[in-house]
Amino acid sequence: MDIPYTSEPRQDTGLFNAKVGIWLFLASEVMLFGALFSSYILLRVGAEPGEWPHGLLNIPLGMTNTIVLIVSSITVVMAWASLKMKNFARFKLFQSITLLCALAFLGIKSYEYHDKFTHYEVWLKDGKIADGHLVENNADTIVLHHAHYVDKEAAAKVTHAWQEREIKEEEITIKKSDIRLREGGKLDMESYGPWHNTYTAIYFTLTGLHALHVIGGAIVIFFLWGPLSGMWKTDPERYTNRIEISGLFWHFVDLVWIFLFPVLYLL
Amino acid sequence: MSDNHDAHDFQKHVKRYLFVFYALIVGTVITVAASWAHIDSVAITVAIALFIACMKGFLVAGYFMHLISERKMIYGILLATVFFFAGLMYLTIWSMQPESLVHIR
Repeated sequence: MDIPYTSEPRQDTGLFNAKVGIWLFLASEVMLFGALFSSYILLRVGAEPGEWPHGLLNIPLGMTNTIVLIVSSITVVMAWASLKMKNFARFKLFQSITLLCALAFLGIKSYEYHDKFTHYEVWLKDGKIADGHLVENNADTIVLHHAHYVDKEAAAKVTHAWQEREIKEEEITIKKSDIRLREGGKLDMESYGPWHNTYTAIYFTLTGLHALHVIGGAIVIFFLWGPLSGMWKTDPERYTNRIEISGLFWHFVDLVWIFLFPVLYLL
Repeated sequence: MSDNHDAHDFQKHVKRYLFVFYALIVGTVITVAASWAHIDSVAITVAIALFIACMKGFLVAGYFMHLISERKMIYGILLATVFFFAGLMYLTIWSMQPESLVHIR
C-alpha cells in the first residue's frame, strides 16, 4: 500500500507529510533548547558577583564557528535550489561543502573543549588562586601558560568580557608543595570541565547538545548526499523534498548557534 | 514554500539567499565588534547582542527556512510553540521575583 502525500502536497494543507513532521519536531526542539536557555538565565541571574565568568571562551574561534555554520546554511539552501533547477552536480558540490563545514565546526568545537579541559584553577596554601593552562605536570612542579593570579575582589567587579581580556597573562611555575591539599591528600586544582562551576555546566550542556545536533544533521545530509542519492533518478520529487527537510533541520541548528554564540561567548 | 517555481524563479531566490548570507556575516561581525567596544552598561551590551541575534534569526527562519512564505498550518504549529516558549520564559523571569513562590535564593 502506498503512503499518500509523501511527495505531492495535500489539497487542504498544501503540505506533504514530512514537512508537517519536521516542523512538529522543530517545535519540540524549540522547547528543549528553550528550557536550557531558561536554565541559563536562572543560573546567571542567581550567580553571586564575580562568580559568573566573562571572557572565558575564545571569541575568534566562536566567531569562526558562527561563520562556518552560516556558510553551511547557504550551501544547504543552494543545494536544494540546485535540485529544483535540475542541477544534480551542483547539488552534490554544495552538500559536500556543507559536510566539510560540519566537520570544521566539530573540529573547532573539539579544540575548544580540549582547551577547557586543560585550563586549571589552582588553590595555593597562601590563599592565592592561580588560573591558566596546564602545559607541564612534573614530579615537583606544574607550569601554567597564559596564567594569572585571581583577585577575587577585582573579579567581582568584572561585568564585561572586555574587562577580563585586559588582565595580563604570564607563565607561572608552581611548586606542588605550595598547592593546598584536599581531603584525601589530592592537590586542590580543577580543570574548567562541566563540574567546575554552573557556567561551565550550562556551557557544556548547551554546546554539547548542539554539537550532537550537528552530528545528527551531518549524518542525515551525508546519507542523502551519498548512499541514498540514487533516489534522484527514481523519484526526484521525493528526493528533493527529503533534501528540503534535512535542510530545515540544519537551518534550525544554525539558528540555535546564532543565539548561543553571543550568550555564551560575548556577554 | 510553493513547489511550482520554474528555474527562472529560483535564480531570483538564489540572489535573495546570497543577500541574506552577506547580511548574516555582517551581523556576526557587528556583534563581535560591539562586544569589544567598551560599553559600560550591561543592559545595553545584552540588548545589542540579542537584538542582532534576533535579526539574524529572523533572516535564517524567514528566508533560508522559507517561513516568510509558508503555509497556514506551519504558522499554526509555530504560534503554539511561541505561546509555550513565551510561557516558559515568563515562568523563568517570574520565579526570580522576590514575591514569587519559587524564589531561587
